[in-house]
Amino acid sequence: MHFLKKPLLSFLGLCVLGFLFDIGLDAYYQLIILFILVNCLMAMSLNLINGYTGQFSLGHAGFMAIGAYFSAYANTHWDILPPTVQFLEYFIYALCGGALAAAAGFLVGLPSLRLKGDYLAIVTLGFGEIIRVALLNMDFLGGPRGYANIPGFGSFLFSFIFASVWIVICFFTIWRVMHSTFGRGFLSVREDEIAAESMGINTTRMKVRAFVLSSFFAGVAGSLFAHFTNFINPSSFTFLQSVNAVIMVVLGGMGSMTGVIVAAALVTILPEALRPLQELTGVDLRMIIYSLSLVLVMILRPKGLFGDMELSDVWRKYVRRSA
Amino acid sequence: MHDFIQHIINGISLGSIYALIALGYTMVYGILKMINFAHSDVYMVGAFAAYFAARLLNIENNPGILTLVILLIVSMVSCSLLGLAIERLAYRPLRGAPKLNILITAIGVSLFLQFGGQLVFGADPKVFPDVMKDFVLFNIGPVELKSFDVTVLVVSIIAMFGLQFLIYNTKLGRAMRAVSANASVASLLGVNPDRIIAFTFIVGSSLAGIGSVLVGMKYPKIEPLMGMMIGLKAFVAAVLGGIGNVRGAVLGALIMGLSEEMVVAYLSSTYRDALAFGILIVILIFKPAGLLGKYTVEKV
Repeated sequence: MHFLKKPLLSFLGLCVLGFLFDIGLDAYYQLIILFILVNCLMAMSLNLINGYTGQFSLGHAGFMAIGAYFSAYANTHWDILPPTVQFLEYFIYALCGGALAAAAGFLVGLPSLRLKGDYLAIVTLGFGEIIRVALLNMDFLGGPRGYANIPGFGSFLFSFIFASVWIVICFFTIWRVMHSTFGRGFLSVREDEIAAESMGINTTRMKVRAFVLSSFFAGVAGSLFAHFTNFINPSSFTFLQSVNAVIMVVLGGMGSMTGVIVAAALVTILPEALRPLQELTGVDLRMIIYSLSLVLVMILRPKGLFGDMELSDVWRKYVRRSA
Repeated sequence: MHDFIQHIINGISLGSIYALIALGYTMVYGILKMINFAHSDVYMVGAFAAYFAARLLNIENNPGILTLVILLIVSMVSCSLLGLAIERLAYRPLRGAPKLNILITAIGVSLFLQFGGQLVFGADPKVFPDVMKDFVLFNIGPVELKSFDVTVLVVSIIAMFGLQFLIYNTKLGRAMRAVSANASVASLLGVNPDRIIAFTFIVGSSLAGIGSVLVGMKYPKIEPLMGMMIGLKAFVAAVLGGIGNVRGAVLGALIMGLSEEMVVAYLSSTYRDALAFGILIVILIFKPAGLLGKYTVEKV
């Protein structure tokens, strides 16, 4: 697990993995893998608010929508670079989409983060819904019809590598932040807000920082999503999409980066694996299973599958010891 | 001008339905300090219970006061049983757990009911039976007062006064207020908090049951996902008025109903769902505990 600590190595590892997937799998599985990457990004970014800072946000789909729509619009309308280096353009627009989402996160966070717990959850949910309704009413973004013909990357390998770059950036940014003094502030807000405040930590500022960083990566995830599906519409970013991200974080363990990644992969694969069963019974069993597991996990393992342990800790504790 | 009065009548009628559902949220919040996200889906199940009861008893084409009463009772009973079951199976094991966990459990239960409902009832919308005939009761100039609006208003006012009486004039109500103030001290004084909490769920859920029949009467299309939006709005109404406060819930619901009606009438119906949250955010920024709520400072 040591190699995970080195960004370049893990990026190269992901590239090799992508190359293997490229020659080994058909297009259906490849698309699922791309969705896993998008969901990983979503889950990691939400984990920063939900797991590390202990605040409950239900509006992540809104930030994702901002990034997705910006990226879609920019890529179809603005050509700033010559075609030979067009891949850079994707990167820049994903960055800008993320920045726009981060700005929205700042605007949302500043007034509403003085609220706590349930109130915050409902206000973030409200902002998510407001963004969705606003998109429904914007005609130049397609309104309810959605935005079609978003340029994709062409090949799977390129899409995979592009997503890997962002995954690595996201993972190591959050990892480094959480292992710095700066990140201790986030943790202190989660553990005891009153105590943190009396230690001289400006809790509202901490929460806003977590919110901004988190919504930046949610925006990037949205931008990737737009390029991978080539079509987005406001109903891709409903309350359910936010809940989906929450489910990943909660199942994986609130406050465990690798746990959340594992959960994101599981949650993405599960519905596809259930497809035969679903065709047999004719109903969407996925959400029933999700929701039941959500309740059961909360009752039986209140901290999620991994708790706040990382995969490497689990490895050390259970596998190495027995060997 | 008469358009405006007509919109006010419609708004009040809509608001009183929101109030019935908001009261369920506010009661559970008052006693357990948790958002019962599943409340709106209890409401959905109530509508389906009434639908199936009407078909089973063959009174679906038999509008009248008696039908209304039968359906109200069926829906109240089935809602309160469901509320009781949810409390027992999902919320009681988590008593004392962190707030985040309880919130997530509530969302889980809500999703389970929604999609379980699709599995059991089918995802296609169904037409709610005729509960009463809709006719113009009387009109002042061009302003019409319809029997539906009057029924909705009368039933919800009866329910709200019943609730008011229950909470402030009975022994059970006093026990409820005691548990809400401090559960452990109340239990020292001989109140069984578990039983009172279960009772709160029964009352709140049966109010949702009443609401479901009234909505079914006004907008006769029911489907398993129907609870989501109305539940959110009712919840927003409860927060708006100050959650945990019975009068606040009614006030918030009336504000919501009226403003929604006005937005649809004078602006655009696409903004109707965003409006609720817009109002909520503005109010919470200026009054973090809602309009009638008391702001409590956390003590160490």
